[in-house]
Amino acid sequence: MKRNNGKAWLYLLPALLFLIVFMVYPLIDVFIYSFEEGFNFASQTYFGTGLYNFSYVLHDPYFLQAVQNTFLLVIITVPVSTGLALLISVGLSSIKPLRELYQTVYFLPYVTNTLAVGLVFMILFQKTEYTDGLVNLVIELFGGNAVDFIDGPYWAKMFVLCFYTIWVVMPFKILVLTSALASVNQDYYKAARVDGTPKLRVFTRITLPMISPMIFYLVITGFIGAFKAYSDAVALFGTDLNAAGMNTIVGYVYDMLYGDSGGYPSYASAAAILLFAIVLTVTCINLLVSRKKVAI
Amino acid sequence: MKIVLEHLTKKFPGRGKKNPGDVTAVNDFTCEIPDGELVGLLGPSGCGKSTTLNMICGLETPTDGKILFGDEDVTKLSPELRGVGMVFQNYALYPHLNVRQNIQFPLENLRGKDRLPKAEMEKRVSETAHLVQIEDLMDRKPRELSGGQQQRVAIARALVKFPRVLLLDEPLSNLDARLRLQTREEIRKIQKKTGITTVFVTHDQDEAMSICDRIAVMQNGVLMQQGRPQEVYDDPSSLFVAKFLGTPPINVFQGTVRGGKLFIGNQAVLPVPGIKDREVWAAIRPEGFVLQADGPLACHLERVEVMGRDVSVISSHNACTSQTLRSIISAESRAEIDMSSAEVRFSLKPGKVFLFEKETENRLRFERS
Repeated sequence: MKRNNGKAWLYLLPALLFLIVFMVYPLIDVFIYSFEEGFNFASQTYFGTGLYNFSYVLHDPYFLQAVQNTFLLVIITVPVSTGLALLISVGLSSIKPLRELYQTVYFLPYVTNTLAVGLVFMILFQKTEYTDGLVNLVIELFGGNAVDFIDGPYWAKMFVLCFYTIWVVMPFKILVLTSALASVNQDYYKAARVDGTPKLRVFTRITLPMISPMIFYLVITGFIGAFKAYSDAVALFGTDLNAAGMNTIVGYVYDMLYGDSGGYPSYASAAAILLFAIVLTVTCINLLVSRKKVAI
Repeated sequence: MKIVLEHLTKKFPGRGKKNPGDVTAVNDFTCEIPDGELVGLLGPSGCGKSTTLNMICGLETPTDGKILFGDEDVTKLSPELRGVGMVFQNYALYPHLNVRQNIQFPLENLRGKDRLPKAEMEKRVSETAHLVQIEDLMDRKPRELSGGQQQRVAIARALVKFPRVLLLDEPLSNLDARLRLQTREEIRKIQKKTGITTVFVTHDQDEAMSICDRIAVMQNGVLMQQGRPQEVYDDPSSLFVAKFLGTPPINVFQGTVRGGKLFIGNQAVLPVPGIKDREVWAAIRPEGFVLQADGPLACHLERVEVMGRDVSVISSHNACTSQTLRSIISAESRAEIDMSSAEVRFSLKPGKVFLFEKETENRLRFERS
């Protein structure tokens, strides 16, 4: 055993080296940055250490706006996208003709470029001097008033962002859930049929428990993914997210580093640490819940 | 409940360009299963026995033919309206429910006037659990049970609704050899106690012979023969049935009938009055050989296997379709075998010799004195 230990470490060295240089060191560095007050990137100097960076970030209205946006996004998109994906997957597995075509159609957003999709959404939703946009035309057709979804009221912008996010994250969920559904042994359904189990009861008492591990996997990764949302907002509202009031926490971190108001790695680090704390807490809660609920 | 199957046929559509034609899984299956009997559907894998069971259950709809439970035509009824209980090969116990919930599941499906009050439900569950002796396992999950226990839970779940018919699909194939013996007795006991007409599917003739009131032997979707196990064993109607039943298997020889006598090789081994001169298959049960120093059938002695109660003589003969033939004689007559000789001679018991037509492999009957 002992003799082999050295060899094992040697084999692990390349991977460990990369992990330490590109993962562990930056993590520690971010942590240190977040406590260094008034850090100057050019001169690599700072005034002192303390909690001022956190205090600044937590009092920054832009950050609070970003936190509100992110939480709204998470709370709306994760349940809605998972639920819709579940419905679509169940539908897909109960039809025979055209199933493959539909599977391809539903999977397309996954392989489509985020920014390209953003452009399409702009065409659909944006109100310009020349046109009200496709969606508004439909609204007007039904006698409603046109809304500017890209530059208009907050709820409209939030709606578009959530719509967009749900549309982008759904394909992967559908893929995972259809394969989870397909892996449920057909004998359970046959047994349920012989016993005359109503369809809804088959779904709630057999199908759902059987695929519950996969659903919880999707919920947890969905939460983490939504907390880290950024590119979706950029694709829809451009790079000046603070002005649009649609910034996310990751967007705030980016802006603090490189944006027009950038050059504050300390504030960026503090915000990043706060995001980390939020994601960690939510994931732990998720795991605790899933341990109680997941059946198998 | 008496079950009657009339001209039952099931065709599956062919798939792809290579197999455009329909596949006939079950062909013109007619059979009557008397009330309260345990019937084994027996045959090699792919012979259509599971499809037949699924049609009785209602999971498959027959292409043609009728299924009657008593006088009621259930051919078009869906499974839950037929009043059947089914035990699947892998038991299909819901893994996330414990034993009690699994057994209670079918009762909870009942709606309207059939709905039982909670106390009644619990009473039924515990009665059924008592019947299959799993009362002390009620709070366990299926994965915490052994194969045999899982099977009992599956039987309990099938019985809890008081079905008219109990169906078992290869119920013993997932169990190890020792448990299999024990469990088949168990199934027999439960069936006798409840008196439910039971159909079970198996490819193991031993299993079917030992516990069934009646067996139905299938080959390529066709019912070859049915009857009491001993009757079928003693009087097979075709070479397939003769070969399929019995361990060790029957010995098949190429033979000729000339002048009312059966010839194996050049030796006239048995008078077979009433059969015209022709080529035949002569099948002889292992217990149909009698050691006799001047017996008509001379075989090349290979070895002798002592089994305690009786003795297996392994020998070979040119006319035999398999490399060696196995005959079982009583342990006392072992002394008569001359181990130094390369030859062993037998005479044959007429009741254990069956003749079959060369082409059709159908039975040719001769008068036995």
